[in-house]
Amino acid sequence: MDHHLPVLVVVTALVGAPLCILVRQPRVVWGLFTAITWSIAAMAVTLLLQVLSEGPVRYALGGWPPPLGIELRVDVLGGFVLTIVSGMAAVVAPYSLRSVEQEVDAARVHQFYAVLLLALTGLLGLTATGDIFNAFVFLEISSLATYVLVSLGRDRRALVSAFRYLVMGTVGGTFFLIGIGFLYVQTGTLNMLDLAAILPQWIDTRTSAVAFAFLTVGLSLKLALFPLHLWLPGAYSYAPSVVSAFLAATATKVAAYLMLRVFFTVFGQAVAFGELPVAATLPAVGLFGALAMSLVAVFQTNLKRLLAYSSIAQIGYIVTAASLGTQAGLTAGIGHLFNHAMMKGALFLAVGCIAYRIGSVRLEEIRGLGRRMPWTAAAIFVGGASLVGMPLTAGFISKWHLVSAILAEGQWGLVALILTSSLLAVAYVWRIVGFLYLRDAPSGAAPVREAPLSMLAPTWALVLANVWFGLDTRGSLGVATQAALGLLGGQP
Amino acid sequence: MSILAHYNDWAVIVLMMAGLYIVISTRSFLKKVVGLNLFQTSVIIFYISMANVTGAAAPIVTEPVDAADYANPLPHVLMLTAIVVGVATTAVGLGILVRIHEAYGTVEEDEIVRHDFDS
Repeated sequence: MDHHLPVLVVVTALVGAPLCILVRQPRVVWGLFTAITWSIAAMAVTLLLQVLSEGPVRYALGGWPPPLGIELRVDVLGGFVLTIVSGMAAVVAPYSLRSVEQEVDAARVHQFYAVLLLALTGLLGLTATGDIFNAFVFLEISSLATYVLVSLGRDRRALVSAFRYLVMGTVGGTFFLIGIGFLYVQTGTLNMLDLAAILPQWIDTRTSAVAFAFLTVGLSLKLALFPLHLWLPGAYSYAPSVVSAFLAATATKVAAYLMLRVFFTVFGQAVAFGELPVAATLPAVGLFGALAMSLVAVFQTNLKRLLAYSSIAQIGYIVTAASLGTQAGLTAGIGHLFNHAMMKGALFLAVGCIAYRIGSVRLEEIRGLGRRMPWTAAAIFVGGASLVGMPLTAGFISKWHLVSAILAEGQWGLVALILTSSLLAVAYVWRIVGFLYLRDAPSGAAPVREAPLSMLAPTWALVLANVWFGLDTRGSLGVATQAALGLLGGQP
Repeated sequence: MSILAHYNDWAVIVLMMAGLYIVISTRSFLKKVVGLNLFQTSVIIFYISMANVTGAAAPIVTEPVDAADYANPLPHVLMLTAIVVGVATTAVGLGILVRIHEAYGTVEEDEIVRHDFDS
């Protein structure tokens, strides 16, 4: 049983999707969805613990040995990302009962959960696989499901946003496919470890460099690295609340994971940072993006849109840290990947609570909510503090390690960019808090009750996780350190 | 001569750039889907032409023989998957367009932006 965990994690979600369509009854489908996500989360945690104690797990699909067969391979980083993705799905599940009932047509609820499970399948499969073409297929499965999920938002602008996302996402995916083609024509293999073994002797060829460029640009589109981020604000603002929270915490993170795989597993640190100019370009691009997007976020009037721009800024941090190419940078990047999933998950869920009660997330509509929805507002306050990087929250740990990793490289200019962008984060978080607590409620506003417990509990679970991982970093940075070591070739 | 010898690559490049140009330049959502299709098709040709071995036969093998006599079948199989992905993308794209048409009465980006958009 344990031996089959890598494939069970993926197949359980995949089988759940058609089951949802067959069952149809909204409440039963929700129960099924919850059961599936919770069992996947349990399997992912088991797998992570197994990998931490015994080293990477390899699984030959159908018994065909690699490199001929497709291989699933879960190392510490893979197990960590599987845990993040399935954990987020499990947290979102109880929340979705009320939120989805309100935001999605009753006739479509079973389809909504089926598509959500397909998105989960794609994200998990992409993380578990050790075959680069297989990764492309799972990437497209998750992307296609995501386009559909975004288009299910109530506002008709959700449709346009979903279509724009589809166009840019498909271009990104196809770029990734072109990159794989160049790698295959150069090496004759698609297995990531096999590629890593064969590629070094061909690294001076232009084919390899072009492959690297296509893979990097394609993935940058998928993870919304500035300036390839244009699809993200619309997609996150108009999607149903559950989808915004789930995507913000997982989809771009998994694309970032795939980028780490390409940089460190397939090409290897020596190549990506020796022969190719990654360290000279990406950190600057990432941080400039973080600065620009934080600035744009300050002027947003829609709460979800504001958080979406902030997400792009945070992705900039992750890419910057990872593309320094040092162990400290990689640890900071992987740690921030986890911490950012916690904080954005918490914030988007809290904003979803507001949308559930007052039906709008425009800043002027949330005036004075701090008194009328105290728990939701407090969740936004703590989540925002974590986003800014206040001490005692997970965000502080991320920022601290990011800055020290950059300082170790002596890049003072980049540190200045981070600090400026953090100050801008203070500005936009303060703006939200000001509207929540310091303004009076609009006169004649209908009375508002606090959000239901089934929505508050998951939100607060993530908020408390932010505080927990701000105090005890064994579960986040401890694992991230091991994952970084594994990527850099030292056995974890 | 050496430029013409790579005619398959030129076909790929022309199709790819034409597709990408359509996606970027047109203001009609429907034409963007067509452009995406063209773009994806160019990648399929790229894979298929790299599987070719000069003078080789189709890879239908009944008994053990020299692999160099046959074209590489793996890219063909990969492209079957990529075609499925492409068809699925087109289907989802067109499905969203039908709903955009129901909601706005048009699939022209300019008119939709005029209807309601801050972005």
